[in-house]
Amino acid sequence: MMETILSHSNNGVMTLTLNRPERLNSFTASMHQALADQLTLVERDDSIRCLVITGAGRGFCAGQDLNDRNVDPQGPAPDLGESVERFYNPLVRRLAALRIPVIAAVNGVAAGAGATLALGCDIVIASRQASFVMAFSRLGLLPDSGGTWVLPRVAGRARAAGLALLGGKLSAEQAEQWGMIWQVVEDNAFAATVEQLAQHLACQPTYGLGLIKQALRAAETNSLDQQLELERDYQRLAGRSADYREGVSAFIAKRSPQFTGK
Amino acid sequence: MSQLILTQYDKVLLITLDRPEARNALDNATLQQLAEALEATANDAAITACVITGNTRFFAAGADLREMAEKDLPATFNDLRPQLWARLNAFPKPLVAAVNGYALGAGCELVLLCDLAVAGENAQFGLPEIKLGIMPGAGGTQRLIRSVGKALASRMVLSGESITAQAALQAGLISDIYPVELCVDYALALAKNLSCHAPLALQAAKQSLRQAQEVPLQAGLIQERQLFTLLAATADREEGIAAFLEKRPASYRGC
Repeated sequence: MMETILSHSNNGVMTLTLNRPERLNSFTASMHQALADQLTLVERDDSIRCLVITGAGRGFCAGQDLNDRNVDPQGPAPDLGESVERFYNPLVRRLAALRIPVIAAVNGVAAGAGATLALGCDIVIASRQASFVMAFSRLGLLPDSGGTWVLPRVAGRARAAGLALLGGKLSAEQAEQWGMIWQVVEDNAFAATVEQLAQHLACQPTYGLGLIKQALRAAETNSLDQQLELERDYQRLAGRSADYREGVSAFIAKRSPQFTGK
Repeated sequence: MSQLILTQYDKVLLITLDRPEARNALDNATLQQLAEALEATANDAAITACVITGNTRFFAAGADLREMAEKDLPATFNDLRPQLWARLNAFPKPLVAAVNGYALGAGCELVLLCDLAVAGENAQFGLPEIKLGIMPGAGGTQRLIRSVGKALASRMVLSGESITAQAALQAGLISDIYPVELCVDYALALAKNLSCHAPLALQAAKQSLRQAQEVPLQAGLIQERQLFTLLAATADREEGIAAFLEKRPASYRGC
């Protein structure tokens, strides 16, 4: 059987590729399990300093594979909350909690949970042909995998409501114009740009980047007072890092710093 | 073999539970050493407050189950543990718990016994005894309900499910949440702040707070007033008020 998740590690960058191209990389239970196993490796390996998630073939991820859900019109109602609780929510939480930058390299269509998952990553970079489809409302569902949380935050309330209720397709260009994603790249330059960005991040002060990431996440729910205290605490921690010392001494010695991520 | 690391920072004693191989489980030997350390501290005028902590993953993950399993009814009836817990509870100076990671079962009960508790973001508090066919036996059903109320205490004790640091903060089980790596630092800073106050005032205030759990309000108010009056006879009270009026830091002597 073909691997549903391909993993490739290079110079501190771990690339996880959703690999069911014939089904637009849509999620099945076994694919979730494979992804969870890979994330465990990432969490335990200090030498990995940047994570890239991308899709094989022409799509990024079409969300849940509906064939994997048993919808018998005559049968009892399925418990969709169960797969959300078991697979999608832990995945979203783990990606958010990772102390390294997570790049969603959206190579093609991202629909349903595929779209909301991508938009929840730290940096979203999309190829020109990519698009984001909030397909949930067309099936009578709501955006999950953090969708209703992340959409108003990246798109603003009006656009979030429009996207979620109308279930329309949003082009990568439009997403970039609306400030929902970091960058759109021409298709032929996409892989190289992602690689360059990931390699850059993997040699930066990873511990500090992790603190930035956690602080930005915390800001979504904190008051200004709480956030000021958090910044004080995190700065205390950052000040103890080896990379901070290296950064300062490299600056004084006018040389380029060699960060270890610690 | 010592299962505690004792470190003194000025007037604060930091007690670190150090049985990482047993997830800091509180067996009899550990409790005994803890009681001895606190009793020595109680008589040491150079120390005004204590902080208890574990490591970043475990505060203490319960009692020692092997030790407990060996005890039948008669052995449990004559168990030494209640006396050990009573000795911990008798410590007269401020006791602060700095909790990172799991504080479960006896570990959670130790937190409840402390006067103050602060926690790292990863802290989890729980009384999972019920899952083992037993129940909390060192204050878990009594102290928890008094600090968090019936609803949450019953859920925790009867389901055995633990709660996060965030939930513990909301429920009033802990007073602050800090990043894991800073939790002990901040607990020490807190204890250091306490230790600047008059030692007798700290002890009397602690005693009064303890009594609030023991006696009805009217009796508690009378006892509070008696302790309050007692402090009027101390030199440190004179010093404290004089220093305030003269806008200078107070210099206490513990008498």
